[in-house]
Amino acid sequence: MENLVQIAIPNINLASVMPSVVLACCAMVLLLVNAFSKRGATAHVAGLSLLALLATGVVAVGGWNQTQPGFSGHVVLDNFSIFFTVVFLIAAALTILMSDSYLKREGYPVGEYYTLLLFSTVGAMLMASGTDLMTIFLGLEVLSVSLYVLAGFFRGQRQSNEAGLKYFLLGAFSTGFLLYGMALIYGVTGTTNLVDISQFFQAFPSALTNPVAVAGMLLMGTGFLFKIAIAPFHMWTPDVYQGSPTPITAFMSAGPKAAAFAAFMRVFMVSLVGMQGTWTSLLWILAVLTMIAGNFIALNQTNLKRMLAYSSIAHAGYALVGMVAANEIGTAGVLYYMLAYAFMNIGAFAVLVLIGKQGEENLTLQGVAGFGYKRPLLGVLLSICLFSLMGIPPSAGFSGKFYIFAGALNAGYVWLAVLGVLNSAVSLYYYLRVMVFMYFKNPEEDFSWIQLKPGATICIVLSVIAVLYMGLLPSGIMSLARQAILG
Amino acid sequence: MITITHYMVLSAILFSMGTIGVLTRKNAIVVFMCVELMLNAVNLTFIALSSHLGNMDGQIFVFFIMTVAAAEAAVGLALMIAFFRNRESIDVEEFSLLKW
Repeated sequence: MENLVQIAIPNINLASVMPSVVLACCAMVLLLVNAFSKRGATAHVAGLSLLALLATGVVAVGGWNQTQPGFSGHVVLDNFSIFFTVVFLIAAALTILMSDSYLKREGYPVGEYYTLLLFSTVGAMLMASGTDLMTIFLGLEVLSVSLYVLAGFFRGQRQSNEAGLKYFLLGAFSTGFLLYGMALIYGVTGTTNLVDISQFFQAFPSALTNPVAVAGMLLMGTGFLFKIAIAPFHMWTPDVYQGSPTPITAFMSAGPKAAAFAAFMRVFMVSLVGMQGTWTSLLWILAVLTMIAGNFIALNQTNLKRMLAYSSIAHAGYALVGMVAANEIGTAGVLYYMLAYAFMNIGAFAVLVLIGKQGEENLTLQGVAGFGYKRPLLGVLLSICLFSLMGIPPSAGFSGKFYIFAGALNAGYVWLAVLGVLNSAVSLYYYLRVMVFMYFKNPEEDFSWIQLKPGATICIVLSVIAVLYMGLLPSGIMSLARQAILG
Repeated sequence: MITITHYMVLSAILFSMGTIGVLTRKNAIVVFMCVELMLNAVNLTFIALSSHLGNMDGQIFVFFIMTVAAAEAAVGLALMIAFFRNRESIDVEEFSLLKW
């Protein structure tokens, strides 16, 4: 009897992963529902996925202000992860709303699409709540593998094939860097737990200048920056965003980007806070480079999806400014900006989905000529989203940028804030050019093919309402973002 | 005597070889093999460090990496087949529809 090994049962605390469990189970049930449905009938799958997202949202929000660590410190459900979870759920829900009519038009009415979208949302949620390098890596892969499939979802279309394969190869490449960085940090500290890593560095500050630790930090940073699409690791973004199905492009620019930001912030602001001096100065340069690259290359784009891809690179640069500031208002500003960006960008993409004909050859500047006259209501809604992307008050984009740049000024990064504002001014040119074509060019088409289906309409109207609400009354959501940072 | 340094240097060399291969090779399958080489260099690093530190976390991490790499390979090869069906080639130089 003395030889019996004592096995301690680890503290699991299922409450810490409840939202992910609910969503993953719903997604698996939906796979079955899908298997027993008639081929081509997807509306009920879309509806059920929306219900699944809603149920997950209720479970997640119910945990607000109760920090629930679980699985021996591998995950935590705190305000930070709940805030991001809500961002992902909103992005996924808006994407699903605009997808149904789009899939029918493009000739791929397949239910697996929704399931994959839900699985990638589960991955994003795991990434935001991971407090161990292992969990963050797993979440990232669940997110990415589903997205590789979604990017290449239109099997018969060459552009979609190319986008999927390119995303896959570069995504796997960047994962290699991320993992090598994690391995080196593990080698220096002897642990993969984020809090233990920071405690190790506190106890042994000399390890902070150990070249292996610095190399680990740089490699891990490279991996995350690839996923967020920060220059000079942004080259894949325009190609993948242009070739993917349009609702997936909208989702990729909002959900996964926010997920990578969440994990990046947790790893760098918790574990590697001792190296803050080093990474802040690097991120300062990269933020400026990203804003310049995104905005200036967007200037001469004629394809609207590609233009929005470059604009999404620029927006990641603005969000990075908040991370460089690293104070309360700057970091909370990043969270606020991620939510604002989800609404304004998905709203703009939803209108583009409606404008496109099959194959979307007409999503160019010339293709929207006169759109504002022929379809005045949709024209106004698209304009509001574009104004918000520019950062014109009163819109969500303005208040988001305001918080981020205020954070940078408070932290003493005056030049960074100035460069950010100048870049916003540059971005006026290419957003306004879309409006010039919409309102000041003679229509070549009558846009009579646009049918307002309930899903897409709800998606656009909800996004615009949220954009205006966050612009007019930003303080409510900002105080939630502050609680997410501090809680 | 083989020390931890030898393992670290070996895996660094393997990782660099993988990186260079990804950047220079033309065939998408060879590019993917180079990515796998990078991941296995990471696995070697984790296992060597795990045994050096006397801590199991690294070995558990390797199991996760292997599982994920298998899932990635399944998805990646499927994408390559879809690409090949439309182009009759998986040369990365053929990635030409999307350009600025």
